[in-house]
Amino acid sequence: MSSDHGNYNRLVLLVWFSLLILTIVEVVLAYQTLSTAMMLAILLILSFGKAGLIIAYFMHLRYERSSLVLTIVPVVAFCIAMMFIMFPDSLRILNQ
Amino acid sequence: MTEIASEHRVSAWDGGESPYAASSKKLGMWLFLMSDTLTFTAFLIAYSYLRVANSVDWPRPFGEFSIVMASVMTFCLLSSSLTMVMAVAAAKRQQIKKTVIWLLGTIAGGVVFMILHANEWIELIHEGITPASSLFGASFFTLTGLHMTHVTGGVIYLAIVAYGFAKGKFEAEDVEVSGLYWHFVDLVWMFIFPMVYLLSNQL
Repeated sequence: MSSDHGNYNRLVLLVWFSLLILTIVEVVLAYQTLSTAMMLAILLILSFGKAGLIIAYFMHLRYERSSLVLTIVPVVAFCIAMMFIMFPDSLRILNQ
Repeated sequence: MTEIASEHRVSAWDGGESPYAASSKKLGMWLFLMSDTLTFTAFLIAYSYLRVANSVDWPRPFGEFSIVMASVMTFCLLSSSLTMVMAVAAAKRQQIKKTVIWLLGTIAGGVVFMILHANEWIELIHEGITPASSLFGASFFTLTGLHMTHVTGGVIYLAIVAYGFAKGKFEAEDVEVSGLYWHFVDLVWMFIFPMVYLLSNQL
C-alpha cells in the first residue's frame, strides 16, 4: 500500500478532476438549445459515467473481488430497469 | 488482507469461507446501499414521471442564480468525496491525526452543502412553492428532502466515526465503510442535479 501510495493519490485526483469537468460540461450543456430528448440522453449518459467513476474508484468497487461486483451491480441494474416499465404511461397522460 | 488469508484455515462449516473477500460490515453497507439506490431511483422516476405528464404547466423556479448555487453544491459534495478518499487512505496507514483532519474536511463540505440547500428551500417556500402547493413541490421536496436527510445523517455518522477513530474505538475499516456511505450520497446528487436542476429550462 505504501509503495503505490503516490500513484493512488494521483489516480484519485484525476478521477475527481474528471468528475468536475463532466459536471461543467453538463452545466454548459443545460444552456444550449437542444431538443429535450437529446439533452436528456446526453445528461443521462454523462451522469451514468460519473456514477461509474464514483463507484469504481471512490467506492473502490473496481478493486473488490468480482464475486462482490457481480452480486451488487447486475441486480441493481435489473431492478432499476424494471422500475421504468410504467414510465411510458406519463406520455399517455401528456398526450391525452 | 491478512485476516482473510488466515480465515481460510477455518473449515467452511465454521464460517471459514469468505466468498466476497469483504468483511461483514462492508458487505452490510453495500446491501444497504443497494436498497437505498432503489429508494432514490423510485423517487427520481416519480419526479420525472410527474414532470413529463404535467410538462405544460410545470413550474421552473431555477434561474441562473439557482443553477450556479446548485453547481457550487455539486462542487462541495464532489470535493468532500475526495477528502473522504484521503481519510480512508490515511486510516489504512493508521495516521490518526490525518484521518481526523480529512474527515473534518468532509464534514465541512457536507455542512456547506446543507446550508446552501436549506437556503434554496427557504427561497422556494417564500416564492410559494411548498411540499403541499403543487405536484412539483411535492415531488421536489420529497426527493431533495430524502437526499438532505442522507447528508444530515452522513455528517453525524462521519462525526461519530471521526471521534471514535481518534479515541481508538473504531478501526480503519469503519472509516472505509462510512466512506462508502458518503460516496453514495455524492453519487445520488450526481443524478438529482441534472434531472431536477439542469433540465428545468427544458420543454
